Amino acid sequence: MSRAVYAFEPYNVGRWIIWSLFAMVLLAAPWVFKSNLAHSMLSQMGIAMIACLAYNLLLGQGGMLSFGHAVYTGLGGYLAMHALNAVSAGSLSLPVSLIPLVGGAGGLFFACLLGYVTTRKSGTTFAMITLGMAELVSAMSLMFSEFFGGEAGVSGNRVAGTPFMGINFGPQIQVYYLIALYTFVCVALLFAFTRTPLGRILNAVRDNPERVEFIGYNTQHVRYFAFMIAGFFSGIAGGLGALNFEIVTAEVVGAARSGAYLLFTFLGGATFFFGPIIGAILMILASVLLSELTKAWLLYLGLVFLFMVMYAPGGMASLIMMNLRVASFGHLRRLWVAYVGLGVLAVIALLSAGAWIEMVYHLQLNSALGPTLKFAGMTLDALSVRSWFGAGFVLVTALGLFELARRQYRRDWDEIQVQIEQEIKRREAL
Amino acid sequence: MEFVIISTLNGLSYGLLLFMLSSGLTLIFSMMGVLNFAHASFYMLGAYGGYTLSGLIGFWPALVLAPLITGALGAAFERASLRKVHVYGHVPELLVTFGLSYIVLELVQLIWGRVAVEFQPPALLQGPMFTLIHHPVEGLSWVWGAAGALCTDSSAGAVVCSPFPATRGFVMLTALAMMGSLWWVLARTRTGLIIQAALTHPEMVEALGHNVPRIFMLVFGLGTGLAGLAGVIGGSTFVTEPAMAATVGSLAGAFLASLLIGLIQTYAVAVDASVLDLLEALGMTLSAAARENSIIKLTVSQVAPILPYLLLVLILIFRPKGLLGTREG
Amino acid sequence: MSIASTRQATDPLAAGLSTPALELKGVRKQFGKTEIIRGVDLQVQQGERVAIIGPNGAGKSTLFNLISGRFAPSQGEIWLQGHRIDGKTPYQVNRLGLSRSFQITNIFPKLSVFENLRCAVLWSLGYRYTFWKFLADLDDANDRTEALLESIRLDKRRDVLAVNLTYAEQRALEIGITIAGGSTVILLDEPTAGMSRSETSRFVSLIREVTQNKTLLTVEHDMGVVFGLADRIAVVVYGEVIAFDTPEAVRANPKVQEAYLGTSGGEGGH
Repeated sequence: MSRAVYAFEPYNVGRWIIWSLFAMVLLAAPWVFKSNLAHSMLSQMGIAMIACLAYNLLLGQGGMLSFGHAVYTGLGGYLAMHALNAVSAGSLSLPVSLIPLVGGAGGLFFACLLGYVTTRKSGTTFAMITLGMAELVSAMSLMFSEFFGGEAGVSGNRVAGTPFMGINFGPQIQVYYLIALYTFVCVALLFAFTRTPLGRILNAVRDNPERVEFIGYNTQHVRYFAFMIAGFFSGIAGGLGALNFEIVTAEVVGAARSGAYLLFTFLGGATFFFGPIIGAILMILASVLLSELTKAWLLYLGLVFLFMVMYAPGGMASLIMMNLRVASFGHLRRLWVAYVGLGVLAVIALLSAGAWIEMVYHLQLNSALGPTLKFAGMTLDALSVRSWFGAGFVLVTALGLFELARRQYRRDWDEIQVQIEQEIKRREAL
Repeated sequence: MEFVIISTLNGLSYGLLLFMLSSGLTLIFSMMGVLNFAHASFYMLGAYGGYTLSGLIGFWPALVLAPLITGALGAAFERASLRKVHVYGHVPELLVTFGLSYIVLELVQLIWGRVAVEFQPPALLQGPMFTLIHHPVEGLSWVWGAAGALCTDSSAGAVVCSPFPATRGFVMLTALAMMGSLWWVLARTRTGLIIQAALTHPEMVEALGHNVPRIFMLVFGLGTGLAGLAGVIGGSTFVTEPAMAATVGSLAGAFLASLLIGLIQTYAVAVDASVLDLLEALGMTLSAAARENSIIKLTVSQVAPILPYLLLVLILIFRPKGLLGTREG
Repeated sequence: MSIASTRQATDPLAAGLSTPALELKGVRKQFGKTEIIRGVDLQVQQGERVAIIGPNGAGKSTLFNLISGRFAPSQGEIWLQGHRIDGKTPYQVNRLGLSRSFQITNIFPKLSVFENLRCAVLWSLGYRYTFWKFLADLDDANDRTEALLESIRLDKRRDVLAVNLTYAEQRALEIGITIAGGSTVILLDEPTAGMSRSETSRFVSLIREVTQNKTLLTVEHDMGVVFGLADRIAVVVYGEVIAFDTPEAVRANPKVQEAYLGTSGGEGGH
């Protein structure tokens, strides 16, 4: 991809419009998607958005790759759950709606405690330290059973304390709106952070940590403060999670959870502010829906992630922005045919590869059910050569056609980029 | 006494296994600046590959073939995927290996299932390497292999026999042999010198006519091959299961501290002293309520699982140069 | 609009007593077994322009690294405006009033030109690790940055990402970042490296303009630049200063002629 992709800045078309739209989407979503499952997923998406945006403060804005983000969301969640139980027991009088802030305080506290030594190093060493910390906390979770609740975790009841105007947070929809409120406020605050001196210096630290020292800033302090701010918001997400699920178990601080934050934040796009929002939505869709659809979902996820890192390291957000840029110069209509064609071929290739994978998984895991399985509306026989050969043939053909189409697309894309550059030069000269 | 000897050897054997794993990782990291997150995945591939191959062609051929295949797979991955992201920097390289770890885990579970498999060591390595015999009268002595009849009760009382498994002994031997040859290759051969040069001055080495991308591919293959070798040995000595990658994964970064980790793991589990005992030994007395505190009551053996990670984190914080080579400024 | 310094050069008393802006006493630096700097004594007065010349590998950049805090000297003392700075970290040295530029351009590639400069002014204006104010509201920072932009003549490239600038523009930005904080002592490491004749002469007048009333040390290889810009020249050979005098005296110095300029008496270049 050409370097000029960095030069594109989103148009400042009424920032108010975008934020109002965001608020409206948050408000209206449960009315569009009415099922209980949808409400639960929307709630989880809101929580994930805060967690991923907080994570991206480190990754995308600060250049700090952390493998242990779940430590802070999780510990915040545990603290919030203990506070909730204290409210239920009457020993703490705090409105349930403020419980997430206890989580935030917890996240901030642990980030303060652990962050000092973690941020002393940068780059790969930092990543390894966060990994070590994550494993450490994960291993501890089976040890200190008073705090972590042992294998069963800590559970609570979010219907606690006195209801406020009839809202007791029993029904999922009430919890959703609480989450939506926190999501909106946190997203706004995190966006505001990117426009403050500390936020900008954090970007400078990402770009060139050495130079930052020569303009008067202690790089480690910058990273440490950013770490604490990220910890605060992570804790809020953890607290919201505690309210939503009414239980916190050891997996909230686990390596798998940390890995998921990394994976999906990157997938959504670490180089744009809204990338992690997309990533959060994908995370919930994948873990709730995709995992139901196929047992091979982690494999697909790994593959998608791998290809994303190789071919689109800016994530989905960068793909969207690049195409918006092309559209703003009026060239998008040349590409849509290519996109449709590539899309169709990709789907066919994926389905046939999926057929193979599903057949293997079926043989491995569900062999008791017999060799036939339903896939994409067809019945496949995992033991018959015809199914394997048929899927393989379709796969190879689709891949071949895809490659041909991709090359043509690439030529068109590069041509368009050149034309855009010329147009930019022309405009500058005016 | 024999407990100390056997325990130390056990701890060292595990530590040397980790060390073998870790040196492959450090090799790759020092040479290419890539922290191979999937290193433990290649360890796992080596174990499963060794398992399957030893069922087909026997353990000893598998011991040679499985690491070669693993190394080849690693080199292929470097060529196909890692090479493309070199230009983006170190973080994307790490992420690519991170994605690979997911894929390998799923593929392994797909092919071999989610339950542990029985990777039997060969006949030669089954049974003890040597046995320590503690005779109540004659004291401590040792014999090669199993002690057999010498372990029965004698007229003087019970005889305590402590065998040291041959598999573990083999782990130690292989690890030491491998370290030795690696050092020799790097320090004494021309190829090794070129690799060392490519570490700090890749452009210069390339200008001198060496194919640096190919060198990187070979180094990556070598590192992952070492992981595969560790896998064959580790899988047959300990356990071969899908979780094995996760178990050793983060500890692979420990390098020299691996030996310490091995010892800690073995000894800590046996120590029943609690924090309370420790405090009392220091002369402090606690109230009855404080004694009941769950943290105070923790014994070292209960805390044992976290000690390796604690050590790893402490070393990374205070002495990372010793772990990750000289790449990290 | 000229860039006024926000830092007092020294305390008012000392100004009268002409404390040197920068002083090096017996500075030595070893890397492993190799001694790169073998005892340098140097005194630079307030407002002086000193050029540091010498063959490649003489230790000029190492000297800059020692002064600016990137490395600590193995021996010796470094004094800045009467404060001892050897062994201090780069940010501590910077906060005491010294800034440096780099031979290999060291800017913030993914930030725009404006953002690059604004980052460099923040600390000196007291904004520290502020996260409760918006950058857009910091009038003094923004005004200062606009003035800087004009002075380094990059105002037309305000919103271009630094990675997309031309080489000469990046060097100009490099200098801009260096002077942004209002430091009174400026170190420029080969500022005109890699530039053409015309670019160089334009650049030198830029340097002269933006470093008015400041103490300047610059490492240079281009003799034309050196003789045109410097009040005094320090010649560094093998980690020692073999001459430190006015340009004419240095030109005539036989040791310098032998070691560096060539005995035919000073052709340009090296």
